[in-house]
Amino acid sequence: MAVKLILRDEEYEVKPGMTLLSALQKINVVPESVIATRDGEMILEDEILKDGDVIKLIAVISGGR
Amino acid sequence: MKCKKCGNKASVNMRQHKLALCRDHYLEWVPEQTERFITKYEMFTRDEKILVAVSGGKDSLALWDILTRLGYEADGLYLGLGIDGGIDYSHESQRLAEKFANEYNLKLHIVDIEKEYGQSIPVLSEMSHRGHGKPCAVCGLTKRHEMNRIARDLGYDVLATGHNLDDEAAVLFGNTLMWDANYLLRQGPVLPATPGLARKAKPLCRFYEREMTAYCLLRGIEYIYEECPFAEGSTSIYYKELLNQLETTRPGAKLTFYLRFLEARKNGELFVEKNVEQAHLHPCPNCGQPTSAPGLCSFCRMIERVNSIESVPGPSS
Repeated sequence: MAVKLILRDEEYEVKPGMTLLSALQKINVVPESVIATRDGEMILEDEILKDGDVIKLIAVISGGR
Repeated sequence: MKCKKCGNKASVNMRQHKLALCRDHYLEWVPEQTERFITKYEMFTRDEKILVAVSGGKDSLALWDILTRLGYEADGLYLGLGIDGGIDYSHESQRLAEKFANEYNLKLHIVDIEKEYGQSIPVLSEMSHRGHGKPCAVCGLTKRHEMNRIARDLGYDVLATGHNLDDEAAVLFGNTLMWDANYLLRQGPVLPATPGLARKAKPLCRFYEREMTAYCLLRGIEYIYEECPFAEGSTSIYYKELLNQLETTRPGAKLTFYLRFLEARKNGELFVEKNVEQAHLHPCPNCGQPTSAPGLCSFCRMIERVNSIESVPGPSS
């Protein structure tokens, strides 16, 4: 088992036991540019990710305004 | 991480403010701050009629929601741009704007550009040969023109847009890279009305884009998540990504960048005169070299300080 992170159409896997911040750094996603949710609840950078977690990353940047 | 106000589990952490809040306190905090910015920058009052430019995106819907919660008289304006991009972009964003208006029983004006001017934005762009193959320049021009026209025609006192701090910082960054004095001197949270132009206000200009996303998620506001198909690879998105990298290692960098700019602009410190350095330099009374403040120059002050420490006997070993 692992932790799955989903950002738009991309899926990433990291080992359980690391913080969300470490996981984002590992998959090269800028933490400021996303909000993470687990089971629909927002989680913060210090959250420890557990085996089987599915983390949905919501991109916050929009442009062309 | 705990909420600073109640100690419950926090949902949002704003490192630039050293402030983490739970859902309920965050949803209280955002309108309070918005009200503070509206007052501070003298954007509008509760007696005035506000037209909110609503795109169906997170920022404009959040703004409409916040102003309504604060008790302002705010109607919405949606401009149908006729952008499909394979994802039915304009139809979907209009549907979400209408859904929000219906849910809260708010008035939404809808203007379809193709019906008004005969062509959609992508076609107008192609026919006018503006924008080097991308319709963004024509889109921006048309939106500014139409928003102003409708605000004036319908008698609104002010046009409010959902520009957030990341939008403002990205524009500022771009204009600073070009040292574009004209644009720099015109950027601000509120642009006063001038003959022919309605007053414009940006009540969300001090919130990070991330905070507006969090607001919509926590309030349950459904917004168009898909990016405009033409925005991909845009300079503004690139600048935002760069600034977010900076923010990750230097929390508060974006906010400081924008606020210090506003301060400098307000104090008339931007582009005030030519040879500004020469005009404000004084000779150091010790070495004679120019210095910015009256009295000793920084170097002579440093030497003086070192000498004074050397002349004081140190602690006995």
